[in-house]
Amino acid sequence: MNSVYDKKWSIFQTTMVLVCIAAIALTLFPVFNIIALSLSGKNAIAKGLVGIWPVDFTLEAYERVFGNKELVYSMFYSLAITIAVGVGSAFMTILAAYPLSKPELKGGRFCMTLITITMYIGAGTVPSYLLVKNLGMMNTVWALIIPSLISPFNLIILRTFFMGINKSLFEAAWMDGCGEWGCMFKIAVPLSRPSIATITLFYAVSRWNGMTDVLYYIDDKKLQTLQYQLKLLIDSFTIVYQPGEIAEEMSISAENVKSATILFSMVPILIVYPFVQKYFTKGVNIGGVKE
Amino acid sequence: MNKKNSTKKKAAWDYLRRYYPLYLMLLIPMAYIILFKYVPMYGIQIAFKKYNIFKGMGASPWVGFQWFEEAFGAKEFWAAVKNTFILNLGQQIICWPIPIILAILLTEISGSHGKLKEFTQTILYIPHFMSTVIIAGIMYQLFGATGAFNNAIAALGFERFGFLTNNWSWRGIYWFAGIWAGTGYGMIAYLAAIAGVNTELYDAAYMDGAGRWKRIWHVTLPQIKPTIVTILVMDIGKILNIGFEKPYNMSNVMVKEASSVISTYVYSIGLQAGRYDYATAVGLFQSVIAVVMVVGANWIARKLGEEGIM
Repeated sequence: MNSVYDKKWSIFQTTMVLVCIAAIALTLFPVFNIIALSLSGKNAIAKGLVGIWPVDFTLEAYERVFGNKELVYSMFYSLAITIAVGVGSAFMTILAAYPLSKPELKGGRFCMTLITITMYIGAGTVPSYLLVKNLGMMNTVWALIIPSLISPFNLIILRTFFMGINKSLFEAAWMDGCGEWGCMFKIAVPLSRPSIATITLFYAVSRWNGMTDVLYYIDDKKLQTLQYQLKLLIDSFTIVYQPGEIAEEMSISAENVKSATILFSMVPILIVYPFVQKYFTKGVNIGGVKE
Repeated sequence: MNKKNSTKKKAAWDYLRRYYPLYLMLLIPMAYIILFKYVPMYGIQIAFKKYNIFKGMGASPWVGFQWFEEAFGAKEFWAAVKNTFILNLGQQIICWPIPIILAILLTEISGSHGKLKEFTQTILYIPHFMSTVIIAGIMYQLFGATGAFNNAIAALGFERFGFLTNNWSWRGIYWFAGIWAGTGYGMIAYLAAIAGVNTELYDAAYMDGAGRWKRIWHVTLPQIKPTIVTILVMDIGKILNIGFEKPYNMSNVMVKEASSVISTYVYSIGLQAGRYDYATAVGLFQSVIAVVMVVGANWIARKLGEEGIM
């Protein structure tokens, strides 16, 4: 706002620019550090020489990551269930958001309240776990897909968007003989493509990142997601160093592999990030303001 | 009378004929919400029962508040409550001002360096989309014995330190991870609030000869005060809510004393040790307090907003 008045370059502005650069640097440094570690030789890491540039450049870590069949399999498996959750959740959310966006629907407010309450009150860890267990979903891929199908937060975002669509469009379609299903699929959905894409990505990102449900419900190694595999890998390699203690050869040699695996599991997020970022500020503000 | 009834019936019938597809659409999602969000609430009863897997929830015998009494007498329970409190409170105190300051500064440069503002936002939002496993992994690489932080310390001629194995430095790393991953996200609400400030106020302040700092101090800050207060009060209300993934993934064997929080305690005692009833009681205790605090915070925030004291 203020910059409207003072167009001249000033100490103030210089400070602002420096603060921005510092914030960017602080955010990116850990990521560059990981990249450097993943490309460095194990001895250089063990000697504590690696900062932001690779030392003793080697691709050995990446050879080991891509040579690890379990990890690569896990990547594809995780991508598959992420897509399944994204599509399934988006469909369910549209199905709920469209009728709930009609203010004249009797009982709609009540349903909305029922849904909103679950944002604040939940049954808790153990009862939810017992439900999944009683439904026979333990150790099946369904335990990772079904329990998180609808997020009230995303539902509110989409409902708000549907509510903003001009009513006369629906009335015109209704006159032309479109039923509610037609109105939903031919008007509401095409008009809110960006919102639907956004919530689909939100669902996908949280599925990709989540590991709690894998820890709770899945024992079978083939059904565990990449994030969980990464957790196991980090745990198995991390010797929590005491100062002065000489770390074991095995754990040190793994440092670059660990970094490479972290980057490996970050790639899908970085690919979709530009698309998510475009809309996510708007989404957060809608979700925060309404109800 | 009869006629009135039949017109009513007809109206209801017409309404249904017109709107039944909407109810049909709602059927599956609502069934889903009820099954996955409300049915488990029936399971909360085992907090007051001696849960027998073979008898099932309904038939298990009631034990009253036995599990709560046991929890209140258990050292591990209080340690978990204390750790939850320390980790959350520290996070809030340290993290609270940073997004506010950054949001104000970013808005300040937006006129002449709009691209820089956008770019900074784009970069700062990235960590929000990373998993806690990755965040923890990155922090461990940074602060480990041969990590960049220790390397810098060694380069300055000091001894390397086991930051990950000391309770307090581990807490510091936990908070740092919160700042690293949460600042960009935290800014969003403030940026929106600042964008909503009436520009005439700035014009007036400028006419009165207020410089940049004065305009920030006398216009921007008072204008976004309601947002700041609301977020602060809501955060304090959430002080007993702690997610599971972050403390679980950030933790290690050496700092169990500092990293065991309510959510991880419930996991280890309930799902790992199989004491479903006891763990449900602990979880219930936490959710009840948390809900009361959040509702209270909501009420206070609204009150403060209405009366405009702050």
